[in-house]
Amino acid sequence: MIRSEVFKTLIPLISDQLVVCNIGLPSQELHMMDDQPSNFYMLGTMGLASSIGLGLALAQKQKVIAIDGDGSVLTNLGTLPTIANNPASNFILLIIDNGSYGSTGDQPTYAGRKTSLARVAEACGCDNVIECKAEDTAKVMEAALKGDQMTIIVCKCKSGNVPVPVIEMDAPVIKHRFMQEVKRRNA
Amino acid sequence: MSISQKIVDGLVEHKVNFVTTVPCKQLAGVIEIIDKTPEVLHVPSNKEDEGMGLCAGAWMGGMRPCIIMQNTALGVTVNTLATLIQFYQMPLPMIISYRGELGERVACQVEMAVHTKALLDQLHIQTYHFHKPDDVEEIGAIIKHTFMSRKPTAILTDSNFWGGY
Ligand SMILES: [Mg+2]
Repeated sequence: MIRSEVFKTLIPLISDQLVVCNIGLPSQELHMMDDQPSNFYMLGTMGLASSIGLGLALAQKQKVIAIDGDGSVLTNLGTLPTIANNPASNFILLIIDNGSYGSTGDQPTYAGRKTSLARVAEACGCDNVIECKAEDTAKVMEAALKGDQMTIIVCKCKSGNVPVPVIEMDAPVIKHRFMQEVKRRNA
Repeated sequence: MSISQKIVDGLVEHKVNFVTTVPCKQLAGVIEIIDKTPEVLHVPSNKEDEGMGLCAGAWMGGMRPCIIMQNTALGVTVNTLATLIQFYQMPLPMIISYRGELGERVACQVEMAVHTKALLDQLHIQTYHFHKPDDVEEIGAIIKHTFMSRKPTAILTDSNFWGGY
């Protein structure tokens, strides 16, 4: 399975959740498949999906899913100790680990070679780290959503992309409708 | 009352309740007080761009964020300021220790000091320079202005402001 196929299995579960989605193809694919006001698309700033997601989870009560990539986590590895030491029971970090920088032409990342992001997360102090096969991601996500514990999911999937249009919505519009949604759900 | 306490009081008075910090010797007192202030959730970050991500999330979650950092890290945050904070129109007060100004003892700090205002200028970031201890009285107005304008704001606090250190 490639990322977009994993997304297809996840959408019934995450469509109605607050989602912070990684820059580039992940946001474009999610936007194309299931655009929702509860989705925050990153249009720039590689690496910060997990940080934005944690900040959002700490600030309010609703569950937050940050969808990140292996390359993006590698570029902001300092996020994992911060997540571990500031646990938010409503936070789920999903790392789509396809072993490559998908948005820039599938160049290999170190996560596809010797580096295990699940073990890095554990070494950083994250308590509930689950590495799974792409096919099992929906099942693991379902359990994480039902639970009341911060969860880091590392989904090992194949590298590959589908053609997607760029997101043409203005950044402040993405932010505004997302914030309205966060407010409504916390009211 | 110490300058550090006045800074924290200004933040709390204007309902800043989420603060991320990357340490600097000049800001040690502020960080210590922040950590003990019950009105503020203090989430230390490992790098300043990471901290700005946390602030963006906290803002969208309904909190009022602030980042406390050193000017030497400004270069690290240029992309985040442009493509996250500015592009999405988010407010972000940045309380920045202005290392490398008069009284500095570490020559290398001057190398980023000479770029600090130029970078902020290039990014069109509203910038306030605290040089004398009394300048702290403006903190509240600056915080208020930052959230009103939904833009990042830099408060540069130099060695003279801190009374040497
Ligand atoms: Mg990848």
